[in-house]
Amino acid sequence: MATRVTTDTSHEALGLSPEDLLSMYRTMVTARVVDEAAFRLNRQGKAPFVVPVSGHEGCQVGTAWAMRRGRDIWLPYYRDVGVVLVAGMTPMEIFLGLFAKADDPSSGGRQMPSHWGSRRLGIISHSSPIASQVPHAAGIAYAVKLRGEEAVVGCWFGEGATSEGIWHEGVNFSGIHRLPVVWICENNQYAISVAQSKQMAIADVADRAEGYGFPGVVVDGNDVLACYAAMRRAVERAMAGEGPTLIEAKTYRFFPHTSDDDDRTYRSREEVEAAKHNDPIHRFEHHLRDAGILDPERVAAIAAEIKADVDRQIERAWSAPDPDPSTLERHVFHEGDPA
Amino acid sequence: MTEKNVVTAIHDTLHEIMAEDERVVVLGEDVGVRGGVFRVTQGFLEAFGEQRVIDTPLAEGAIVGVAVGMALHGLLPVAEIEFADFIHPAFDQMVSEVARMRYRSNGDFGLPMVVRAPWGGGVHGALYHSQSIEALYGHVPGIKVVVPSTPVDASGMLRSAIDDPDPVLFLEHKRTYRLIKGEVPDEPFRVPIGPADVKRAGTDLTVVAYGLMLHLCLEAAARLQEDEGASAEVVDVRTISPLDKETILGSVRKTGKAMVVYEDNRTYGAGAEIVATIAEEAMFDLDGPIVRIGGPDVPAMGFATNLEHAFLPDADRIYARMLELARF
Repeated sequence: MATRVTTDTSHEALGLSPEDLLSMYRTMVTARVVDEAAFRLNRQGKAPFVVPVSGHEGCQVGTAWAMRRGRDIWLPYYRDVGVVLVAGMTPMEIFLGLFAKADDPSSGGRQMPSHWGSRRLGIISHSSPIASQVPHAAGIAYAVKLRGEEAVVGCWFGEGATSEGIWHEGVNFSGIHRLPVVWICENNQYAISVAQSKQMAIADVADRAEGYGFPGVVVDGNDVLACYAAMRRAVERAMAGEGPTLIEAKTYRFFPHTSDDDDRTYRSREEVEAAKHNDPIHRFEHHLRDAGILDPERVAAIAAEIKADVDRQIERAWSAPDPDPSTLERHVFHEGDPA
Repeated sequence: MTEKNVVTAIHDTLHEIMAEDERVVVLGEDVGVRGGVFRVTQGFLEAFGEQRVIDTPLAEGAIVGVAVGMALHGLLPVAEIEFADFIHPAFDQMVSEVARMRYRSNGDFGLPMVVRAPWGGGVHGALYHSQSIEALYGHVPGIKVVVPSTPVDASGMLRSAIDDPDPVLFLEHKRTYRLIKGEVPDEPFRVPIGPADVKRAGTDLTVVAYGLMLHLCLEAAARLQEDEGASAEVVDVRTISPLDKETILGSVRKTGKAMVVYEDNRTYGAGAEIVATIAEEAMFDLDGPIVRIGGPDVPAMGFATNLEHAFLPDADRIYARMLELARF
């Protein structure tokens, strides 16, 4: 059965400096600010479609933080604002995607927002069908191993994805070949409206790992340092040739599935409000205050600074050029000499 | 030059390419120890090792999806779907991922990968070992679909497919595997993806076909010449998508008569697109009705010999329609 993270998650034990912690905190706040701004823009009619992240910042930033830019390969899903920020995407680039601008790094305005991709950053382009990126992660990890590279593949998805046949197929392949991949399940307990009890007969998604011959780990997804600890261990295992790990981070999404969803039809307001008491950002704030790294004035200053910065980036993204309709037929196939 | 059948030509070419380029890997069900159910990868495991010759679980979605990942990270995967009929579980990977990766990333990512699949009837394959899938994927921009039908084309187009920076669905008609023989150059060579090929020159009518039907058309065309003195030009489509309209239209404009033969279900088949192309672009060059021969619109051919024959167009039927059109 799945294990639970019981290791010492103090930052000293994890080898994180106070500066690291502040960087993690700022990234989580940035994800939240991006989210709130995106919903504001949606209500203003400037952003037709938003996929919210709020509530998931701890598990996203915590797990992504154990990966290394320039070395590792990232396969996020649509809710992973926190992951792509850690991978190196800027808020400006995220808003270029939200506004479907020509310079949207993911797709040049072709895909819906939050369908991430950037070859430069090692973020693999993904589609909308759920879990479709899972076999890609296995294939990339196979190539990493065959080519003898020192790298780890991280693949994120919700618990809903684990119902898909292709999820099983991809994860199973990674177990057979002991591939350097970490599977991260952000379990927010709902596949849009379908509660976990209607998705599976087990309490912990991580238990599925046993069927693939590698460890499954349950972690408090609202505890960013616990998520980091679990991921760091999984990355070490992968780098040491010990194979995959499935990390299940239990969390909650505070907003509807997307801007087109109405979660009042399937979740009580009491349940949502109760979940907000476990807000990963507030919890990390308390932790940092207890550790003497943050104080209330600093919290307010950081929030104000990030908001101002994100607002500037939104302005720039909004005024960027739209895609040229004459490019509609480009990039169906390779253009020019074979790469 | 060496005389080979289709399956040997594919085997030898793939073996040569794997020996030349260590980025090339093969993966699929039974491709390793068994050497493939049609023996295309016979001896590969011993030659290239199990890291490059990968026996996969029975999971077509993962065979294609894992190949996508490999192609994204420096390998040149050649995935085998044991029978084209079994590619349907991988339809989402093919359509949503393989075909769309380059387009959806605005050219940032490409997929240099090949998916091989034996297709077609005439081998007592019944409902699930006889299907034609070329139209399903010919309809999807972003995947190249090829149907080489001779040893030399299979060899040369396989090399082009593996060289190609884009995904290629490489369809091998399983009835041609051991039936069709021909001379194949001993040195590496390429047959380009895209151009159709005039397999028999003629002046009185044009017959467009591919796969097993190509060979039945060539047989019928030879009889037509011998018995009636009528000269049929036979165009081998070779690439379903992107379709070489110019070669087909050029031949039709020359002969003034067009016939299209395919074994897939007639409705919405690849032949329907070819007929539509001729109708749209060569209508006023025609001296007779466009003739279309396809399989019936039933789910598949039966296992019983007579049911299979009743489904598949044969050389006699093709001959009769050719003669009719020649005399029109």
